[in-house]
Amino acid sequence: MKRPVRQVAVLSGKGGTGKTTVTASLACYAGRPIVADCDVDASNLSLLLQGTPRSRHPFIGGLKADIDPARCTSCGKCEDHCRFRAIRSMKVDHMACEGCGVCQLVCPEGAAVLHETVSGEIFVRDTSHGTVVDAEMMPGEPNSGKLAARVRTLAMEEAKIQDSPLVLIDGPPGTGCPAISSVIGVDLALIVTEPTRSGGHDLGRVIDLASHFNTPCAVIINKHDLNPDLTIEIIHECQRRGVQIMGLLPFDEQAGEAIISGLPLPESAPDSPAEMAVRAVWEKVLAFLEGIPDGPSITVR
Amino acid sequence: MKIAVASGKGGTGKTTIAVNLALAIEGDVQLLDCDVEGPNAHLFLRPCIESVRPVGISTPRIDADRCLGCGKCSDACHFNALLRIRKKIKIIQNLCHGCEACQLVCPTGALALEPRRIGSISEGMAGPIPIAFGELDIGQSLSVPVIRELKALVRGHAHTVIDCPPGTSCPVVEAVQGCDRCLMVTEPTPFGLHDLKILAKVLGRMGVPMGAIVNRDNGTYEPLEEFCRSSGIPVLMRIPFDRRIAELYSRGEVLVDTYPGFRERMVGLFNQVRA
Repeated sequence: MKRPVRQVAVLSGKGGTGKTTVTASLACYAGRPIVADCDVDASNLSLLLQGTPRSRHPFIGGLKADIDPARCTSCGKCEDHCRFRAIRSMKVDHMACEGCGVCQLVCPEGAAVLHETVSGEIFVRDTSHGTVVDAEMMPGEPNSGKLAARVRTLAMEEAKIQDSPLVLIDGPPGTGCPAISSVIGVDLALIVTEPTRSGGHDLGRVIDLASHFNTPCAVIINKHDLNPDLTIEIIHECQRRGVQIMGLLPFDEQAGEAIISGLPLPESAPDSPAEMAVRAVWEKVLAFLEGIPDGPSITVR
Repeated sequence: MKIAVASGKGGTGKTTIAVNLALAIEGDVQLLDCDVEGPNAHLFLRPCIESVRPVGISTPRIDADRCLGCGKCSDACHFNALLRIRKKIKIIQNLCHGCEACQLVCPTGALALEPRRIGSISEGMAGPIPIAFGELDIGQSLSVPVIRELKALVRGHAHTVIDCPPGTSCPVVEAVQGCDRCLMVTEPTPFGLHDLKILAKVLGRMGVPMGAIVNRDNGTYEPLEEFCRSSGIPVLMRIPFDRRIAELYSRGEVLVDTYPGFRERMVGLFNQVRA
């Protein structure tokens, strides 16, 4: 019987709480999983896991409009109808254009034309900690949710080809389109938060997001000793909502240095307090995945 | 003067800078929190909220009596929000971007547009400072229309400080659009630098003058210094790594009131930006 591929997404709501550090560490413990970097606005995972691209795929995000000045009579209909305010003085601002085609529909002269644009590139890299699928979006482009979804699809295809039991997803901050693309249909949303007012506030939003899409979630509190009172408050709130706490990571300067060294935590700071705490999280993630009916057996290195 | 505070990478200190800058500017200043997927500025300023209103986009509704099931609307929709299944049109509201193409092409006027709520905007006063923040509803994917609505509040004030969302895609572009300056808050790590480079590219394309603020600067991270030097990006401020700042932040406290010398530094920053 073919075992199912399990998917774990690391999310946070608030940025900078440690998603990428946690994802890269889990990749080391998991022993060559497939890793998808769905934070396509700011993809940092490959700065830790390295690896040169084995293949590259252009990402066609959507369409963009242009107006042919030779045909345009400056009637202004396109400008009036564009709901994205992307047309000014008969010129299309490509950063605002969503490619809806309304200008083309209303132009009496056929001056507005749509064309496909490459709005990013997807990379598949083989690293010593498994295959990483990540992307680079052209700066300022829309459709980051679509690109994140594409990255996930390619990661799932890799998992099937390599018969890998696990896809790890490094998610984006926020709750908008790329976050939704990362959380839908995963087996576990692992939310990394920190004991700050902002962290707690945004954690609540991501738990709501996971519940909205019926995705099971669990929480890691990073830098828990920064504000013990707030850490306890977050733990209580999670208990009230029936969300499991999968770990408390200490404020650890070696963890910060790990990022600068360009290596994942288990390699740059083995047996440091933060590394041991993340390792304990992995054990719990594993136990959770093994507890899913018909779960795969994942061997820990 | 309209000043955007952006970052590329999340968690570098955008909100800290935006909030403390607004508090340090003397005179008529408003604060807009455009990080609608995780607005936090109000947690520090604790405003008295005076109004909360919904933000909607127009989405189609079909009058079944008039619909011929011709499928012109689903052909016109580039977002796959209208599907024609066995001569019936099905609307997938979450995919709708509100472009109204469907209504334009419907031959029988069977499509009516009605607003669908995707978020909200709250307005209030934090002492003398008017603050407004947007919040995207959970499960909604389009943050740009909420930001656009929030940006409509930029008028009638001498100065506006805009707290931007993290990232480098369309929500950031919408938040920065029309600003006179953009402060890029970064940190001296490969992550911070990688995302700063992308943000600088976006701002360059938009033609918005930019400066960098290096947060948690506990030494010199040479690649960052080199990037700023070679790209002609001035480093306007450096905030040292200090656990006390992290603790004050964690409690939702503002630095201009509690951290010695911070108010003067923010005033200095503002004067530099304004010059």
